[in-house]
Amino acid sequence: MTGRGSRERILARIRAATAGLPPVPDAAGPPPAPRERTEAEIVRTAELFAARVRDYRATVHLVAPGGVPAAVAGALAGRGARRVVRPGGLPVEWPAGDGVEFLADEPPLTAAELDAADGVLTGCAAAVAETGTIVLDAGAGQGRRALTLLPDYHLCVVRAGQIVPGVPEVLGRLDPARPLTWISGPSATSDIELDRVEGVHGPRTLEVIVELPAV
Amino acid sequence: MSGTWLGMPAFPRNAEAALGNSRLRANLRKATHTIRARRAAGVDEMPGWAKLRARGAAVKDAALRDLDKHLLRAEEAVTTAGGRVHWAADAAEANTIVTELVKATGHREVVKVKSMATQEIGLNEALAAEGITAYETDLAELIVQLGDDLPSHILVPAIHRGRAEIREIFRDRMAAWGRPAPDGLGDDPRALAEAARLHLRERFLASKVAVSGANFLVAETGTLVVLESEGNGRMCLTLPETLISVVGIEKIVPTWQDLAVFLELLPRSSTGERMNPYTSMWTGAAEGQEFHLVLLDNGRTGVLADEIGRQALRCIRCSACLNVCPVYERAGGHAYGSVYPGPIGAILTPQLRGTATPLDASLPYASSLCGACYDVCPVAIDIPEVLVHLRARVPHPPAERAGLAAAGWLLDRPGRLRAAQRLAGRLRGLVPRRRLPGPGAAWTDTRDVPPVPAESFRDWWRRTGGEDR
Ligand code: SF4
Repeated sequence: MTGRGSRERILARIRAATAGLPPVPDAAGPPPAPRERTEAEIVRTAELFAARVRDYRATVHLVAPGGVPAAVAGALAGRGARRVVRPGGLPVEWPAGDGVEFLADEPPLTAAELDAADGVLTGCAAAVAETGTIVLDAGAGQGRRALTLLPDYHLCVVRAGQIVPGVPEVLGRLDPARPLTWISGPSATSDIELDRVEGVHGPRTLEVIVELPAV
Repeated sequence: MSGTWLGMPAFPRNAEAALGNSRLRANLRKATHTIRARRAAGVDEMPGWAKLRARGAAVKDAALRDLDKHLLRAEEAVTTAGGRVHWAADAAEANTIVTELVKATGHREVVKVKSMATQEIGLNEALAAEGITAYETDLAELIVQLGDDLPSHILVPAIHRGRAEIREIFRDRMAAWGRPAPDGLGDDPRALAEAARLHLRERFLASKVAVSGANFLVAETGTLVVLESEGNGRMCLTLPETLISVVGIEKIVPTWQDLAVFLELLPRSSTGERMNPYTSMWTGAAEGQEFHLVLLDNGRTGVLADEIGRQALRCIRCSACLNVCPVYERAGGHAYGSVYPGPIGAILTPQLRGTATPLDASLPYASSLCGACYDVCPVAIDIPEVLVHLRARVPHPPAERAGLAAAGWLLDRPGRLRAAQRLAGRLRGLVPRRRLPGPGAAWTDTRDVPPVPAESFRDWWRRTGGEDR
């Protein structure tokens, strides 16, 4: 391994630099304790999430329980997406839709195939209301990271129960051992005279379907 | 390849040159004021910002206090998760490590995510010397690289370029680097972004090796975190077979839960957004990738040894201090002669590089000590305090007055007074018989230093929560 001697040297320098410093108490504190939420709270959190995602100029649909298949079909039709990547592990009842061909990632699609697809349909691992953020963990219904990166259109289904109020809460729900992608709106840049332009390299269109609980 | 910082004249001369460029000044003014307003809105919306900021500072202090233990923990976690960890004492060693790793893959091209650490060590130039081409993929970095230029801002490195110039650069230079710019390319930002998308897409799909930095490294889990907007980061982190991340040792945070405070502080301080479009987190070899982590010292342990200066290592590179700095607004990023411009550069560069050159020796004087940088800093780095401390190392540069005069400051009196009060209070045991240091000297030229209270009224007001929202 490279830098063997440097490892010891750097550690020794750090120890010399920090010798005699008083201990610093643990500052972050424990994560917020998970607690049961009422249906009404869940709905309010989902509504805040939807508003925040819309602020990023993404499209959001709030649907009643059981409304996801129709919403997916409607969104794909509205977009005119015909060849759509569909990772394993999504509920089987989600439709193929009229004239939509779903591409499974088995065997793995090549980067060129993903690039040529019209879009990708996924679920998510968790979401954050405060910041309008969706988190993917490459688990069931999400697939490996490239699937949601190369197609130009990402349709994401979020169950209201997956949405937590803030960032501290969501960290408690995530497994750091998995590759995580936090998505807050479509890809954007403000590098040219600070004008915000949606869509540079990631999907230029993000559409989100939120399934509300029965109230 | 890209330009170089070496051999630059001292800050006052650079500042004077920049001041002569009125378009640069106009671009900078517009940009800094725009981002400043966005930040203020983002911060105002967040309840308990002052507490969050104090926690951010405290977490970083805890990380630095036991940096050795945290690094060893991170090393173990990354190794367990299938990554390899390398330690680089200085820039040359880091460059050698990365160059050897790239050579071992048999490839001659790498894609890069914007990374200040790799700019600091001059990695692109080191790779080029070994026949390896590094392609920058961040839109602004692409503009800088194609224009054979230097970055001038942490967040928007091409802030000094207007859209018409960017179009020229794309039209004239893209073909030499890959896919040429589309015919009839206009100067609408949308069209320019589209040109960059097309230019880089083939490169991403073909890339086998990527080099990145990281915003955070979690000791407890070995997780690396990269925040970005465009998706070029995701491309580089996800698609290539081999990923090499060069990370300064001060990027560590102790625990997974510690990330919460920084994910709340950084986007709002940086772009004013509630959250940046994309954040990637990975631990070790993700999805079968080969992963190398290069831990970089390059002067950081020296900074850590300095009782006053070490707080600069808390910096999370949000660039808020640049956007509020009256000196940066007038002089621009290039005048600082380093990858780290603005107030943070004025305290970090002389500590990392020393003060042997006239440029580096003049940096602690590139400030009016107005204190605006401290007020916006999400990890509460007292930049004026460090500046004054560093001035003691390089006293009386002939540069100081010239620098201030060149930039034509009008020091606003309340700001000046506040900074002087705060500093005098803090340094009261050490400093003055008759004169305050630095620009404070201008104030004391005509006055005697009054007895200094331990704490000014303003600081008392703040400490007792007068400003807490
Ligand atoms: S010094 Fe503070 S304000 Fe400046 S870039 Fe670093 S964290 Fe941001």
